[in-house]
Amino acid sequence: MARKVTTQRMAVNTVVAWVIGLLIFFPILWTILTSFKTEAQAIADPPIFLGFNWTFENYIEVQERSNYFRHFWNSVVISVGSTLLGLVIAVPAAWAMAFVPGKRTKDVLMWMLSTKMLPPVGVLVPIYLMFRTLGLLDTKLGLVIVLTLINLPIIIWMLYTYFREIPGEILEAARMDGATLRGEVVHVLLPMAVPGMASTVLLNIILAWNEAFWTLNLTAAKAAPLTAFIASYSSPEGLFYAKLSAASTMAIAPILIMGWFSQKQLVRGLTFGAVK
Amino acid sequence: MGRITLDKVTKSFGDIEVIPPLDLTIDEGEFVVFVGPSGCGKSTLLRLIAGLEDVSSGQIRIDREDATHLPPAKRKLAMVFQSYALYPHMSVRKNIAFPLKMAGMSKEEQDKRVDYAAQVLNLSDYIDRKPGQLSGGQRQRVAIGRAIVREPAAFLFDEPLSNLDAALRVNMRLEISELHTKLKTTMVYVTHDQVEAMTMADKIVVLQAGRIEQVGSPLELYRAPRNRFVAGFIGSPKMNFITGEEAAKHGAHEIGVRPEHLQPSTESGMWKGTVGVGEHLGSDTFLHVHDTGLAETITVRASGEMALRHGDTIWLTPEADKIHKFDAAGLRVE
Repeated sequence: MARKVTTQRMAVNTVVAWVIGLLIFFPILWTILTSFKTEAQAIADPPIFLGFNWTFENYIEVQERSNYFRHFWNSVVISVGSTLLGLVIAVPAAWAMAFVPGKRTKDVLMWMLSTKMLPPVGVLVPIYLMFRTLGLLDTKLGLVIVLTLINLPIIIWMLYTYFREIPGEILEAARMDGATLRGEVVHVLLPMAVPGMASTVLLNIILAWNEAFWTLNLTAAKAAPLTAFIASYSSPEGLFYAKLSAASTMAIAPILIMGWFSQKQLVRGLTFGAVK
Repeated sequence: MGRITLDKVTKSFGDIEVIPPLDLTIDEGEFVVFVGPSGCGKSTLLRLIAGLEDVSSGQIRIDREDATHLPPAKRKLAMVFQSYALYPHMSVRKNIAFPLKMAGMSKEEQDKRVDYAAQVLNLSDYIDRKPGQLSGGQRQRVAIGRAIVREPAAFLFDEPLSNLDAALRVNMRLEISELHTKLKTTMVYVTHDQVEAMTMADKIVVLQAGRIEQVGSPLELYRAPRNRFVAGFIGSPKMNFITGEEAAKHGAHEIGVRPEHLQPSTESGMWKGTVGVGEHLGSDTFLHVHDTGLAETITVRASGEMALRHGDTIWLTPEADKIHKFDAAGLRVE
């Protein structure tokens, strides 16, 4: 009897999970499908799901009209660069908060995270003016700096969580064994935190890759990443849905593929500490 | 090498004083055990010696040199932790070699010392494994190996055996004692287990609430505990405490008799009682006796087997010269 209930439950859970999964995936699927339609089919009413003439025309046209690879390269430099710079700052910060906590450590963490709750547009004008004065507008360096700052709270918070899982006794053992602070971090802490670091890096690359507010507002042509490449297809003369979809598919493909291959690591990383 | 002196050392965490002013000398080559119930400050004391905690006041000298403010690595001490604290991403060889590598020793010298330690500790077969692939006992040996390669002035052990099962604990106890005889290096060992303290120590330091209750050899503490706390803590099963008329007869506020100093008899004796639970170990029998009118339960140890059941009547007679007397403050009276 009990077994039957469990089986039924399993079936219901499976169906619900699939429905939710498909609902979440549907917009992406629709974008991909639309990218293979003609512009007329893309805006047909009622919408056509699969019964259309598949065409690569949009991709060819997008490639002719703009330089995909330059945007792609900008995205890579900006997301990887901001992640590496973020780690350089976040590792010492997270170490200090995890192993030498003060009375206000929790408050500092909350305060850092609260900056993520502010609407970024609130600081757009000051940052824009600062960037203009410093000559950072439309430069990859400028975007690396701004994205590092935007995502730093998340990197610190994640590393802090991983570091806290590392038993303090092991670091004390290293100290007894004559390790300097640098030795302790380089030889013991970081190698032990590799899984956590990996998921932090992955998540941060994804966040930086998808970031659209700052990348659109602070770039024009030279440093524009893939987000700007997509936006260039929503022109004032009317939307070209099929071309926009083709551009979007090309922009999200690299990160989607990376996410697909590293999903195990990502899930493990994001639930780390939650379930022991 | 290896004389440690604590001079009026105190430690407070915020407003809470966990170690009131404390003096202690650990002589060269001695095996000293800090023992006491949990929360008595024994681990804190060890960590103060190690340099993992800063003293609030007072002085720590290692080999006559002031070490009070030296960082852990500069104190020439090695520590073995309760959780072993091995580096999980390094092989046994790298774990043991780590302190040597940090000291900037040459690769050949590192290998020589690691191989020697591995041989002494029977680890040669596991030298390339990771800690995760070792049993608890093997891990503990790696932790000890990491400590001995440094040739420290003294070893500090923080409850090193409490994560091991009972049988292994006995083995490791012997191994550590043997290591001490072989190396003749000072060892400071923290445990809450009085059996470990009794079997391993040259000198036992009994602690309660950060204070030293008594310092002495295991048998000194067993024979002449300075107060009721030490009397109750040292010895297993625990000493029986009796107050009231029976104590007054001996001119004391309270008397204590160890279970092994009571003669049980089924026919006659000084105190009559009823057998409660009996623990039959073969070599010994522990009987918990009720209704004596002296204390709620009196524990008695009989050598070998004793065929007594729940509810049987029993007579107990204490050995006159083995009765410990205490005053109202709990201090020993002769």
